[in-house]
Amino acid sequence: MSILVLADLHEGQLAGATAHVVAAAKAIGGDIDVLIAGEGVQAAADAAAKLDGVSKVRVADNAVYAHQLAEPMGALLVELAGDYTHVLASASTTGKNVLPRLAALKDVSQLSDVIAVESADTFKRSIYAGNAIATVKSDDTIKVMTVRTTAFDAVSDSGSATLEAVDVVVENTQSSFVKQELAQSDRPELGGAKVVISGGRGMGNGDNFKLLNGIADKLGAAVGASRAAVDAGFVPNDMQVGQTGKIVAPDLYIAVGISGAIQHLAGMKDSKVIVAINKDDEAPIFQVADYGLVGDLFEILPELESKL
Amino acid sequence: MKVLVAVKRVIDYNVKIRVKADHSDVDLTNVKMAMNPFCEIAVEEAVRLKEKGVATEVVAVSIGPKAAQEQLRTALALGADRALHIETDERAESLAVAKLLAKVVDEEQPGLVILGKQAIDTDNNQTGQMLAALTNLPQGTFASEVAVDGDKVNVTREIDGGLQTIALTLPAIVTTDLRLNEPRYAKLPDIMKAKKKPMDVKTPADYGVEVASKVSLLKVESPAERKGGIKVASVDELIDKLKNEAKVL
Ligand SMILES: Cc1cc2nc3c(=O)[nH]c(=O)nc-3n(C[C@H](O)[C@H](O)[C@H](O)COP(=O)(O)OP(=O)(O)OC[C@H]3O[C@@H](n4cnc5c(N)ncnc54)[C@H](O)[C@@H]3O)c2cc1C
Ligand SMILES: Nc1ncnc2c1ncn2[C@@H]1O[C@H](COP(=O)(O)O)[C@@H](O)[C@H]1O
Repeated sequence: MSILVLADLHEGQLAGATAHVVAAAKAIGGDIDVLIAGEGVQAAADAAAKLDGVSKVRVADNAVYAHQLAEPMGALLVELAGDYTHVLASASTTGKNVLPRLAALKDVSQLSDVIAVESADTFKRSIYAGNAIATVKSDDTIKVMTVRTTAFDAVSDSGSATLEAVDVVVENTQSSFVKQELAQSDRPELGGAKVVISGGRGMGNGDNFKLLNGIADKLGAAVGASRAAVDAGFVPNDMQVGQTGKIVAPDLYIAVGISGAIQHLAGMKDSKVIVAINKDDEAPIFQVADYGLVGDLFEILPELESKL
Repeated sequence: MKVLVAVKRVIDYNVKIRVKADHSDVDLTNVKMAMNPFCEIAVEEAVRLKEKGVATEVVAVSIGPKAAQEQLRTALALGADRALHIETDERAESLAVAKLLAKVVDEEQPGLVILGKQAIDTDNNQTGQMLAALTNLPQGTFASEVAVDGDKVNVTREIDGGLQTIALTLPAIVTTDLRLNEPRYAKLPDIMKAKKKPMDVKTPADYGVEVASKVSLLKVESPAERKGGIKVASVDELIDKLKNEAKVL
C-alpha cells in the first residue's frame, strides 16, 4: 500500500488538519507521502516532514498552485496519483473542491467524510447529516477519499521525512484568483479547538456575540454559530457549525440560544461534553446536552463570565 | 445563454431518518421526499439569471426513479423552461451522475451549469467537481455570489477561512452554498402551467453510461446515541459540574 495525502495550507502554512489525515493514512497502513502544492511553501513542507509516519514530502512550489485552485490542483494530482493505492485529503473546503476531480479523471468513486478505517478497502462514513453511518467497501483501483479530521487524533511531530521537489507544472487558463477575505481572529480555529462556544438566533444580533467572546477568551475557546445566526448576518459564514458548515468535536461544546435542529447537531454531537443554554426547556438541544441550563442567555452569560 | 440545473430528489430535510432493522440501508418507505435544498437554490439562481436577461433558457435535469419527475415539475413551476428526466431505479452515485450530466452538457452546450454543493442524503459534495473535471470546464464551488460578466463569471466561494472570489471563463460549472439566494415558493398558477411544460424522458443506456459503481454498501447503522443528560439549576451548579464531574474546566 502507498498513500498520498494532500496537505491543507492556511495562508501558506501547514494547516492542523493534515496531521489528522496522516493519522487516517496510518490506520490504512503502508508508505505515506504528503503532497504540498502552493507558492512559497517551504515552511509548510518542513512542518509536514515532521509529521509522524510520513516517509516523503513532495513539494510542488509554483505560482500556478497558489491559492490551490481546483483546475491545476486536480491536474497535478492526476499526474502523481498513478503511484498510489490511496489518495487522501481532509474534508476541508480545499479537499472537497479538488479530490472529486481526481476521482472523476481516474474513473473511480470518491468516499466523502470518512470517519473510520476498517481495512484498506473498507471504511465508515457519515450520511444523512450524521443520522446514519454507512460501512462501504471500495473495489476501485485507487481509493480516493476525504477524511473527517475530528474522527482521527492528530499524529505527533516526531518524524523526519525526506523532501522531494515535484516539477510538474500544469497550465491554467480557465480560472484565476481575484480576492480573498479571511476572517482574522486570535482565537483557536473552530476545527481544532478544545472548547467551542456557539450562538444561535437567540443571540438577537451580532453585537451580542460579545457576550460569547468574553467567555471564549477566558476558556481559550473558539466561537461558532448556527446557520440561523449566520443567515441573519450576526456573524460571518466561516463560523457556521453543522451538516453543511464545520464539523467540530471539542472536549466542551456550549450551545447558547440554539434550538438543536438536526443539521446543527450533525456538526457538534460528537463533542465530549455538551452544555446547552436555552430559555425553552423543550428545545431539542437538551436531548443531546449533558448539562442543560434553562433560562435567559442575557442573564446567564454575564454571570457565567464573571464566575469563571 | 442556456443554463442547465441539476436537481436531486432526496428525503425532506425535516425528516429524521431511521435505519432498517436488517442494517441494509435507511428506511425510505412512506418518508416525505423533496428537492434537495441546495438544488432549490440552484434553480432559483438560474431563474434569476433569466429574469435579469443573462440567461435565455433554463433546463432542469434529474437522474433517478420515475418519482423524480415530481421534483422536475417543481423546478418547472419555479421557472425552468423544460426538463430532462434520466430514469433509473439503480442507486446512481455521484460519478455516474456526473458522467450522465457530462453527456447532457455535450448535447445541450449550456453556458453555465448550476448544481447544489451537496445532496443531503449521501452528503457527498462531489458531483459538480466531477462534472467539471469530465467536461474540462472550470468550477466555482460553494458559491455565495455568482456574477456573469461577458464571457466570464465571478464566483464568490464560502471557504473554511472566509470568502474567496475567483474568475472563471464560460462555460463553467457552479455549485451553490446556502447563502447564494433565498428560493421562492411556487405559486399555484405556476404549478398548473408547469404541467404543460416539456419533459423529456431518457435512460442511462441512451447515453451509454453504466450506473453501477465499484463501491458497495455493506451496512448502515444508527450512530451511537448520546445518553440524556441533566438540567442544572444555576450557573454555580453548571460550573461545579464542569469542574468536578466532567472535568473539562
Ligand atoms: C440544507 C440545510 C442545511 C442546513 N445546515 C445547517 C448547518 O450546517 N448548521 C446549522 O446550524 N443549521 C443548518 N440548517 C438550519 C437548521 O435547520 C436550523 O434552521 C438552524 O440550525 C436553527 O438555528 P438556531 O437554533 O440558531 O435558531 P432557532 O431554531 O430559531 O432557535 C433559536 C433558539 O434560541 C432560543 N432563545 C431565544 N432567545 C433566547 C434567550 N434570550 N435566552 C435563551 N435562549 C433563547 C430559543 O428558545 C430557540 O430554541 C440547515 C438547513 C438546511 C435546510
Ligand atoms: N441523481 C441526481 N440527479 C440530478 N442531480 C444530481 C443527482 N445527484 C446529484 N446531483 C447534483 O449534484 C449536487 C451535489 O450532489 P452530491 O455531489 O451527490 O452531494 C446536487 O445538489 C445536484 O445538483
